[in-house]
Amino acid sequence: MARERRFKGGEIPTSSMADIAFLLLIFFLVTTTIDMDKGLGMVLPAEGEELEINKKNILNCLINSSGKVLLGGEPVELANLSKKVRQKLAENDKLVISVKAHSASGYKDYVKVIDQLKQANATRISIAESD
Amino acid sequence: MKFNRKTQLDSEIPTASMPDIIFMLLIFFMVTTVLREYSGLPISLPKAKRIEKLKSKRHTAHVWVSKDGLISIEDKIYKADGVRHIMYEKRVEDPQLVVSLKADERAKMGLVSDIHTELRKADALKLNYSSKTAVD
Repeated sequence: MARERRFKGGEIPTSSMADIAFLLLIFFLVTTTIDMDKGLGMVLPAEGEELEINKKNILNCLINSSGKVLLGGEPVELANLSKKVRQKLAENDKLVISVKAHSASGYKDYVKVIDQLKQANATRISIAESD
Repeated sequence: MKFNRKTQLDSEIPTASMPDIIFMLLIFFMVTTVLREYSGLPISLPKAKRIEKLKSKRHTAHVWVSKDGLISIEDKIYKADGVRHIMYEKRVEDPQLVVSLKADERAKMGLVSDIHTELRKADALKLNYSSKTAVD
């Protein structure tokens, strides 16, 4: 006995395709994280690249282990640092700011100092090796 | 005089091309999705105001520094003097490399300074101190 095959056409149903695509879309929307990395940019000097700089053009900025800042020999409040640096830069635009942190000082204070220098539009920042 | 409107305006949104539009969006999000590769160390980043965005994730290498002084690159713990080798290799592979230093705000400067020295030796000079946006 031959069975009759009832074949109604072999098409894939496309009416639900939009729903499936929506579902996938929502999955990828949720899993996408567009969080850009951000932070303070800095370019380190190349190894062995030591420049002789006139002493007049160096402004030393020292950070001690308790986070106090000494700018050019006088203690400065962290909040006033950018103002002071801007004044000094206005006097001498060739000024190189040399940041030197004590090895026991916190990274937080260091980042704050760099941030203040950036706010004063100081472009020549040098990092002295802490000892 | 009365005007007769000749055409009956069809006010329905055409839905025939909707799957195509959705597929396009889907492909966009599939391409831009980056599944997290490395989890890093638990840290709280310092806050700063003058921050810049890193241009591309592809040219970024992360160095994690925890408050206890652990250094982690790609989920492996390194000593300070081991940073040089891996960073040198990365630097050779990608000359546009930017190192993103994700250090805890309680980390000590001595260690960060050691990393500076190592990065200088590895010729990876573009550095970014990863930080959060400070709110006044």
